[in-house]
Amino acid sequence: MTAQLSGAGPVPAAPATAGPPAPPPRRRHPGRPVWAGRPSTSLTIGKGVVLTLLVAAVLVPLWAVLVTSLASRGTIDDAGGMVMIPREFDPSAYITIFSGGDVTRAVWVSTLVTVFGTTVSLVLTVLAAYGLSRPGSVAHRGLLFYFLLTFLIFPGLVPSYLVVTGLGLKDSLWSLILPSAISVFNLVVIRAFFMNVPAELLDSARIDGAGELRILTRIVLPLSKAVIAVVGLFYAVGYWNVYFNAVLYIDSNDKFPIQRVLQSYILAGQSPNVSGASVNLPGVTAYPPTLAVKMAVVVVTVIPAVIIYPFVQRHFTKGVITGAVKG
Amino acid sequence: MAAPAAVLLLVFHYLPTLGNIIAFQDYNPFVGDDPLDAFLNSEWIGFGNFEALFRDPLFWDAVRNTLSITAFQLVFFFPLPILLALILNSVVSGRLRGFVQSVVYLPHFFSWVLVVTFFVQMFGGAGLLAQEMRQAGLEPWGIMTNPDTFIVLVTAEAVWKDLGWGAIVFLAALSAIDQNLYEAAAADGAGRWRRLWHITLPGLRPVIVLLLIMRLGDALSVGFEQFILQREAVGRQAAEVLDTFVYYQAISTQQWGLGAAAGLFKAVVGLVLILTANKIAHRLGEQGVYSKS
Repeated sequence: MTAQLSGAGPVPAAPATAGPPAPPPRRRHPGRPVWAGRPSTSLTIGKGVVLTLLVAAVLVPLWAVLVTSLASRGTIDDAGGMVMIPREFDPSAYITIFSGGDVTRAVWVSTLVTVFGTTVSLVLTVLAAYGLSRPGSVAHRGLLFYFLLTFLIFPGLVPSYLVVTGLGLKDSLWSLILPSAISVFNLVVIRAFFMNVPAELLDSARIDGAGELRILTRIVLPLSKAVIAVVGLFYAVGYWNVYFNAVLYIDSNDKFPIQRVLQSYILAGQSPNVSGASVNLPGVTAYPPTLAVKMAVVVVTVIPAVIIYPFVQRHFTKGVITGAVKG
Repeated sequence: MAAPAAVLLLVFHYLPTLGNIIAFQDYNPFVGDDPLDAFLNSEWIGFGNFEALFRDPLFWDAVRNTLSITAFQLVFFFPLPILLALILNSVVSGRLRGFVQSVVYLPHFFSWVLVVTFFVQMFGGAGLLAQEMRQAGLEPWGIMTNPDTFIVLVTAEAVWKDLGWGAIVFLAALSAIDQNLYEAAAADGAGRWRRLWHITLPGLRPVIVLLLIMRLGDALSVGFEQFILQREAVGRQAAEVLDTFVYYQAISTQQWGLGAAAGLFKAVVGLVLILTANKIAHRLGEQGVYSKS
């Protein structure tokens, strides 16, 4: 991202009054082109304030949640709720949720769905994208239209629900994977990338006797690592974040994904096993979870995104834009 | 190679799309062993569901809420990523820009459950703000539960989640603008704001039009999880949108035909909207979502 944009010169921005040209000639930033005038001080300060506020708006809640999850009961009582200043390191909330209860189980369910679902989605999407990236393959235009038409016409909630239940997927983890396994947007992104692989490269491999699958795995995929990483992240995030499909299709508490459990803990204020549950499971607390426990569940839900994200982030623009522009 | 993906779309996209015809039935799940059997045995009632739907004041409440939220967000959300992209693009230090981008993109990857959770913990009755206000001797007001300001709340949540992410596409469009234009304009004496008006904004116009069309085509969808998660806290009057209406009619109160009719109504209106918007864009000489070929 940074590398791609650093070539771009600064562009005048932000609505404010164009101040008089700043008289004291400070040192010119090497990244600023010679022709671009120095922005007025008020403009610079305004931009600084806006960006600082935006960064704080994201980081302050994350910080508060993390600190509170590691605070002792006394610290939380003293603060009257959320804790902003860490006083000690008390992992007891994490010990509580990971000593085998609904949160532990939900983390396993979500991990399973995410890993398995992402694999299925990536494999199927890459295969389809490769097939559609070669003009002249079987029914190329018709198939492409078939995929792109999904952008214009949607099934409603009711028929989708009836199809999923009619296939016997109710209360099965497959209901969280199969209906959302193919994102045509992701397919278009990968396809656009594949189309940029020079045809000569593939032709020479074909002359050497390589089959299509071999060409895909040995030549095309190694050239497309960036876009595969981005799309993999998109799919993984989608599976990790699945909530509503779980409300629709999953009835047993022991199959609840983490978002569903988080929703009961925070927004309903109790373990999902307490409200309307039939199963009595070990490790389930009947009393409402403490604030530290709630915040620990939030941290556990946030963490996967925060960990994977930095590795993939630099590919965002490439991935997102190729798809958007060339689709 | 596209076959497995095509089959999945057939089963989970096109089959339910066809299944929308139960909107013309008095669909009853109990007249058959499975949904298909029930479909075959249910009574056809023509436009009966649509008549009931259009007479239902709750449906019109949901339509009104949906359109208000769309309009509100078009004014108070849509321009913000463009502004952010302009600001980020003018930050000369690559390292600072990279840091800000990393941070503001992050909430896009949070689920709606998480986003609402963060808002509850910050602004809810037991949240950070309320707790600070109480300590300062002030009476906190119900930000998360006030139906009158709900539209502002959902917009703030949407901005928090997707402001940074929305800026990516504009940043890319900005970096695609020919830098020589700026240099030439500056040499001709064009100041900062003239360059913004005559070079930058025209450079962004195709992207802005594209996103406006897509937003217009989606005018009847304003999000779903965000609303069912908060419906209980603020009440139905403020939080019922078309998607949640479909859900509560069909699946919670078992009026399947009525729910399907509402869903079909939404899909058809959405299709008409996007085709119309695209046609207008072509007339105005813009590229639009798809070309005419």
